[in-house]
Amino acid sequence: MMAKKKPRFAMYWAASCGGCEISTLNIGDKILAVDEAFDIAFWPCVADFKVKDVERYPDGYIDLCLFNGAIRNSENEEMAHLLREKSKVLVAFGSCASEGCIPGLSNLTTAQATLRAVYLDNPSTDNPKKVLPQPFTKVPEGTIRIPEFYERVKSLDQVVPVDYVMPGCPPEAKQIAAVMDAVITGVALPPPGRTVIGAGNVAVCEECPRQKNVKQIKRFYRLHEITPDPEICLLEQGIVCMGIATRAGCGALCPRVNMRCEGCYGPLNGIEDQGANMVAAIASVIEEGSGPLAGVDEAELQRRIGEIMETLVDPAGTFYRFNMAHSLLMRARFKGDVV
Amino acid sequence: MNEERIGVYVCHCGSNIAGTVAVEEVAQWAAKLPNVVVSRDYKFMCSSLGQELVEKDIKELGLTRVVVAACSPHMHERTFRATCERAGLNPFLFEMANIRELDSWATDDRAAATQKAKAMVSAAVRRVVYHQPLQLLPVKINPNTLIVGGGVAGITAALEIANAGYHVYLVEREPSIGGHMAQLDKTFPTLDCSACILTPKMVDVAQNKNITLLSWSQVEAVEGYVGNFTVTVRKKARYVNEEKCTGCGICIEKCPKKVIDEVFEAGLGYRKAIYRPFPQAVPKYPVIDTSNCIFFQRGKCKACQMFCPTDAIDFEQQDQILKLEVGNIILAIGYDTFDPRRIPQYGYGRLANVFTSLEFERMVNAAGPTGGRIVLRDGVTTPKSVAIIHCVGSRDKNYNEHCSRICCMYSLKFSHLLHERLPDAQVYEFYIDIRATAKRYEEFYHRVLEEGTRFIRGRVAEVTDAARMPGEEGKLIVQYEDTLIGKQRRLPVDMVILSLGMEARRDSREVAQIFGLGCEYNGFFIERHPKLDPVNTMTEGIQIAGACQGPMAIPEAVAQGAAAAARVLSLISQGTVMMEPVRAHIDADKCSGCRICNNLCPYNAIVFHEDRKVSEVITALCQGCGACVAACPSAAITGAHFTDEQVMAQIEGMLWDVQPQFAMTSMETR
Repeated sequence: MMAKKKPRFAMYWAASCGGCEISTLNIGDKILAVDEAFDIAFWPCVADFKVKDVERYPDGYIDLCLFNGAIRNSENEEMAHLLREKSKVLVAFGSCASEGCIPGLSNLTTAQATLRAVYLDNPSTDNPKKVLPQPFTKVPEGTIRIPEFYERVKSLDQVVPVDYVMPGCPPEAKQIAAVMDAVITGVALPPPGRTVIGAGNVAVCEECPRQKNVKQIKRFYRLHEITPDPEICLLEQGIVCMGIATRAGCGALCPRVNMRCEGCYGPLNGIEDQGANMVAAIASVIEEGSGPLAGVDEAELQRRIGEIMETLVDPAGTFYRFNMAHSLLMRARFKGDVV
Repeated sequence: MNEERIGVYVCHCGSNIAGTVAVEEVAQWAAKLPNVVVSRDYKFMCSSLGQELVEKDIKELGLTRVVVAACSPHMHERTFRATCERAGLNPFLFEMANIRELDSWATDDRAAATQKAKAMVSAAVRRVVYHQPLQLLPVKINPNTLIVGGGVAGITAALEIANAGYHVYLVEREPSIGGHMAQLDKTFPTLDCSACILTPKMVDVAQNKNITLLSWSQVEAVEGYVGNFTVTVRKKARYVNEEKCTGCGICIEKCPKKVIDEVFEAGLGYRKAIYRPFPQAVPKYPVIDTSNCIFFQRGKCKACQMFCPTDAIDFEQQDQILKLEVGNIILAIGYDTFDPRRIPQYGYGRLANVFTSLEFERMVNAAGPTGGRIVLRDGVTTPKSVAIIHCVGSRDKNYNEHCSRICCMYSLKFSHLLHERLPDAQVYEFYIDIRATAKRYEEFYHRVLEEGTRFIRGRVAEVTDAARMPGEEGKLIVQYEDTLIGKQRRLPVDMVILSLGMEARRDSREVAQIFGLGCEYNGFFIERHPKLDPVNTMTEGIQIAGACQGPMAIPEAVAQGAAAAARVLSLISQGTVMMEPVRAHIDADKCSGCRICNNLCPYNAIVFHEDRKVSEVITALCQGCGACVAACPSAAITGAHFTDEQVMAQIEGMLWDVQPQFAMTSMETR
């Protein structure tokens, strides 16, 4: 048997929770096929590699790199550039790398406020000297450098060009398995250029078995406030299910078990801003009371709509839970700041 | 980078644009924009020479896109689309930047206007790259027409169209057609009997097979678009069966309840609880006023029913909701007179012998409440002196700035009628200017001058009954400034007539909303063009005629009614109309069947296919409003000519001069 040169595989996490790695391992027996098909060139989670190892690789040495996690600090960004150079195919893997995900929500506030919340104003933290991480610290042995904490969380593609995006928080094991299968068996991937793979091209509703009717929402409910009808579209029942504005691929896992879709698979092709699109869609189906509106004065209309909107708690966290960093908004702006 | 070749043309519009915008500078600057192969400025782009310039460049330079920076697209978009088409370029590969109405006319600041012109040209250049060739859509015209308002304008339009052989639905809110003109006594300057010239036309309406007259009815909703409107009309219950009623009037005679007639008799006379506004009313069927009918209020009486020889009274009758299919609509809803109570110093409603012009019209009418006798409010005393106050509620910043145009002439007519009926009475006209501008008006003015009316130039400050000087007791005293001699004066008279101005109907804004029209600040409907298209509106298929467009006299209202009818007839005879292809389209492969869009369409153009679980836009019904496009959370709906690409490119072009750190768009970060 001739020893065929195996393609080289890498997987790295930046600002992420580790769920993407777990989901990758969750492909079951197939992980053995991956091991068989690839040489692992860099995968800190499962094998011992150092950054120096990667730096020694020639450019384009790695054939396929799955990069998960957002760009939260300077180390994340350095690794992004490094792995971009060393990889033939770079995949933004999972919601953090493709859209910023939960870390991206900190773009609604300043870096300083985030650090305060973590290191100071926090009941489980004991920090009497109010020490905050500093990029450079002088010690007798010299200067210690730790990564710089950025003002804004970015998605991978906001830092380096990516070839493919695999959405999901985390990407479903089935989808990972399918993509790995395709790569191993040599099925050609679609043309690169931030192309979405391992997901559908229609919204989650298509995979959702619930009955969909014409929508008229009179008020919103949080999940604990209502026992939803298991047969009917959650959104129609006033639960802000993001399924209508979210790419399919998960199999509508959440709506099948009475949970609202939170939108982790991100927007569909052609949508610039998933959150804004969801807002536009929701605004279109709010029912501000019965009867014709002709002659109802604006203040009254505002009052009625305001009443309904008050039942929608945490709109930013609802509409932008996964896509804040990559949306048109990207971040909250504060007086005087320039990014 | 794409291969498009753009030609940019910046119009001077004489000095309209060039007076404020540095057009040469804008044109030279635009030449450096991406894809621009030629950029010119020209005196009048809309002239045939200007258009030839574009045609020549398309042919010789192989332009694939054209941008004209000139006036509003409402004005000349069609012109330049046609220009492109003549040169073999699809007309939708053209974009117009409005640097006149939105720029040069909006400011005197040359630097700012030039900067804005650049932004608008840049936006158009960036946008036009993404334009796609589109084809106009032919739409069939339903030959039926709806006319709203049965005054003289509506009647004229209805007869014109009906006589041409097409069906008309004439909807009138009151029990009878006729409008204000039916209330008038004589018409100026010819002194025709108003009713005598109008009622034959009303009868024609009643007898014309092509006219369905829906009086005592109101339009509640309009759906659809030019050629294919669906109109919902509420036909209010008359409580009289029109099929059985012969119009004999016995019910009116027997009705025991007298009510002050606030509408037709302007509060000066009485009618019954079951009534016809006037004897020549069309249609002839009476109406029961339920708020005054003894049976409806107390459950007893039924005198009308008992005496009706044909058993036509039906207390159980209900409002009917009718759905009409029409291709065109003419709005001729007329005007309201100014409410003189808004000027309390003139004393109307407080001082008995202050009358409104409409009250006086009824009073001098031989068929009116006094049988044509001119008397004071007591009903017997003949006035020996009468003051007519012009411009009540008109030409006054506190009320209406506009001139109501008819008041001078009807005031002169009042003078004439007063001299005729009360030769001994002294008549005074308090005017600001006498505006006698139409045919034979000036001659009529001179006639009244010769008849002995005293003309006093000056606005009246107050009408009071507080006598201060001998001879004023028991009289109305008119306090005024005679501006020709520059003196404050007081004039005691027996009777004061307030010449009320014309205002838009009090509900004109609601009507405008139902029909999708625009209103001016004072409520009159906005025409498509004040000079060249006075009866058309910005909403295709909807015309306006008569005083709902602005104050006007009978001949103009008649002319407008006929003009609107001609417009409608020309559309009907074309049979089809070419519609803008700006329509929404749902990509079935991208539609998840979430049904967000299903309830949004104001034209009911979206259907949901239960079997395939996808929604579809019916192109013929879609009006391209974009509501569904914006709402679709899957980007499965595209609005032709307003795609996301086009709009984003336009925005980015508009922001060309924004500091780069703020101009970071999502496109650049990807």
